[in-house]
Amino acid sequence: MKRIRDWKLYRNPGNILMFCMTLAFVVILICPLFALFSKAFLTASGEFAGLENYMKYFSTPALSVSIKNTMVVSLAAAVMGTLLGFLYAYGLTRTGIKGKIFFRYVAMIPPFLPTVVHGLSLVYLFGNQGIITGLGWDIGLYGRTGIILSEIIYTFPQAFLMFSIALNYADGRLYEAADSMGCSSLKKFTHITLPSVRYTLINSLFVCFTLAFTDFGAPKVLGGNYNVLATDIYKQVAGQFNMNMGAVVGTLLLIPAVISFGVDRVVSGKNNDGISSKAQALKIKKCGTRDGAFYLICGGISLCLLSLVAVLFVGAFTKYYPYDLGFTLENFRFNPSTGGIQSYLNSIEMSLLTAVLGTIFAFIYAYFIERGKCTGVFKNTGRMLSSLPLALPGMVIGLGFIFFFNQKENPLNFIYGTVMILVLANMVHFYSVPFVTASSALKKLDREYENVADSLKIPGWKTFCKVVVPLSLPAVLEIFMYYFMNSMVTVSAVVFLYSAQFKIASIAITHMEEAGDIAQAAAMSLLILFINVAARGIYEACRKISSRERTARSAAGKARIHFLKTRTQSSL
Amino acid sequence: MAFLSVKNIVKKFDTQTALNNVNVDIEKGELVSILGPSGCGKTTLLRIIAGLETPDMGQVFIDGKDCTQLPPSKRNFGIVFQSYALFPHMTVEQNLMFGLNQQKHLSKEERKERAREVLEMVDLYDHRKKYPSQLSGGQQQRIALARAISLKPAFLLLDEPLSALDAKVRVKLRAEIRRIQKKLGITTILVTHDQEEALTMADKIVVMNNAVVEQIGTPKEIYNAPKTAFTANFIGTMNLYQQDRTAWGVRPELIGITRTAKAGDPAYLKGTVEEIEFRGALTRIYGRLEESGETVCADMDSHLEETLCLKEKEEVFFHIPQSGIIRYPGQKGAERNTA
Repeated sequence: MKRIRDWKLYRNPGNILMFCMTLAFVVILICPLFALFSKAFLTASGEFAGLENYMKYFSTPALSVSIKNTMVVSLAAAVMGTLLGFLYAYGLTRTGIKGKIFFRYVAMIPPFLPTVVHGLSLVYLFGNQGIITGLGWDIGLYGRTGIILSEIIYTFPQAFLMFSIALNYADGRLYEAADSMGCSSLKKFTHITLPSVRYTLINSLFVCFTLAFTDFGAPKVLGGNYNVLATDIYKQVAGQFNMNMGAVVGTLLLIPAVISFGVDRVVSGKNNDGISSKAQALKIKKCGTRDGAFYLICGGISLCLLSLVAVLFVGAFTKYYPYDLGFTLENFRFNPSTGGIQSYLNSIEMSLLTAVLGTIFAFIYAYFIERGKCTGVFKNTGRMLSSLPLALPGMVIGLGFIFFFNQKENPLNFIYGTVMILVLANMVHFYSVPFVTASSALKKLDREYENVADSLKIPGWKTFCKVVVPLSLPAVLEIFMYYFMNSMVTVSAVVFLYSAQFKIASIAITHMEEAGDIAQAAAMSLLILFINVAARGIYEACRKISSRERTARSAAGKARIHFLKTRTQSSL
Repeated sequence: MAFLSVKNIVKKFDTQTALNNVNVDIEKGELVSILGPSGCGKTTLLRIIAGLETPDMGQVFIDGKDCTQLPPSKRNFGIVFQSYALFPHMTVEQNLMFGLNQQKHLSKEERKERAREVLEMVDLYDHRKKYPSQLSGGQQQRIALARAISLKPAFLLLDEPLSALDAKVRVKLRAEIRRIQKKLGITTILVTHDQEEALTMADKIVVMNNAVVEQIGTPKEIYNAPKTAFTANFIGTMNLYQQDRTAWGVRPELIGITRTAKAGDPAYLKGTVEEIEFRGALTRIYGRLEESGETVCADMDSHLEETLCLKEKEEVFFHIPQSGIIRYPGQKGAERNTA
């Protein structure tokens, strides 16, 4: 009997493409990381220094106090963000308050803006000439308080999203059974509701902690003399050109992210609660006091978030807040030295490029891993690589990119200083969520489409373009949206990589704020908000159109159910 | 020379052997059914014939050529999957044209004509502008079939095409598929776990169990002369008994039940009626033989049962004619399957 081993199989186009993409991924992801770590263990002259750099860091109190500071603010932000996120989500899923769609949209405002803008809004409210400071309440914004407040704003939407999804999966039967046993509301809460979200709770704490730990924008604006790791890196690298020390701090920044990543893996493995197929929807009972309380909570939080945006409007459109409150559009005439209107256009260009290239790469890569005709080795490597970016904070990516791409010996050196390096950094930074979105959508398609197409002699690429992509359109749009919006607001990765010829809006805001052009900073923030809202609006419109098409294709009876489902699953 | 044959096929998935030295020959124009329980390897065999899997050992010959390493797109076949895999975002017509438009040697009119032809063959031309989700299960299946034959393939592969349908629809579609297959004269391989499907549709049945071929034969051969105890039990019902090292069996419909026995005739065995199961046209009587204590089941026309008016716990005679007994020397009688 002949043993069949056909090496020709390894030459198929799927394998070649996968090989190239994986190689590209390794170059953009692994090599910069490697460069970062090697810098941390080398001296300025390039000799091996072992742990010398680390020792120097830890023995310099001015430097190592940042660790304590960062831990403090991150812990505070994690706890508060999680708590508020939980309460808000509970209000929207388990009470009878009205206006839930409104509340949902308000909660998602912070991600539409760079974190520096959260800081900026807080300055307008609580700064030395802030509105609320003027009313008599000086909270001492600059420093720890300001950073914590900012990070709470940053982490709240993430926590809210996580709890919102978890709390949506309520099995009404459990509560009915508890009722029939005469359980009080408090008991139902502590014995049914809380346990059902325990994994989300753990996850939320870790995620919020990591987000706050690695954020750069807010501490830059509001930090004052309160040093955190992120600003330390910036000072070491951009200020003192001490790359090795910057690399050391960068590796420290990785730790909570990696731990968080590991915890998430373990937790999601244990979270096999799933949803029972017999679970029934929860019937929310009427309760005036409960609803009243949550109107206060959700209303209060919404008010805070809306006021953050409102002050931006005030700052942008007034001549000279708080002295001259006359209406003006002058603030939109940006000072070219801090970035000018060009930085806004640059941001849009960078975000569009990131969205286009990122979507193409993530979707095609996910396609080959899920459904492609390539060897298992590529698929497994691909899966592993694809989960890594989740553990990498933006600054670490930025650092890795400088260290890797700014070497003269590197043949890819030419991208340094161009928009492409920013695009690549963003593609890596925001890769994991799009990848998971794409994988989930691709998993849902019938396993045999490609085989049917084969029997009809249709080439693989045609099947991909004419069957897979149209059927995955919602996911593709979602990924595009995600890349675009995150690129518009990102600061941490790009702060090391932008060049004087290519400034971007989020960085420009920090420069304007440094230069004292607060009103212009507010104006630019509004422009970013505007484009993100517009992009989101276009996305929602596209989704409505495509879901309407899909319901038109269904049988009459099915259509109604489908429509109701898309309504309730409305976007976050 | 068989039109399609697989020789000495071995296929393993990790440690599991899916196919163990499988040999099948299929003549041109035949409808061959690969029949077996879940996990016996029948779908794997079909996929190897399609080229969707490559065997670890063995060869696939199509029309005299060794096609073992040929990719699916180079083999000339049509396939219908259990889930149909119709493209939901395309109309029926577009589903068909998707494959036809790839045929560059046909003119646009010829392609449209071909689409119309196959749609009329499955009697769904009026539904060509509908989307698959607007069609019933049976209609979707017929569209999948139309798509599979639209390119005039050399052979047709059907992977449990009727499993997802109601019983009545299944019966109707069985006849439809057979009719179309005979009309086109297309070599067809039908994978199924439903023995009735295999018996009614196939020219030849390949019975598989646990990665091996148990028997290949016409439906009548398989039913009347099952070569192994497994086959005997899997197709229809078989009363199986063990006598020393020989298993022997007899079909329920060959066993008669009477109240009086022919004196001295060893074919008449005394026993008691345990249960009477009305099955519509047939009634199945479960009983227990007095001497050996073994259970037995016998089928008779419900009319006949009514005239006999059997009662539970009644003592009767079970007549087992010698001509109806099949012996399996050296085999074990498998557990009775009274499906």
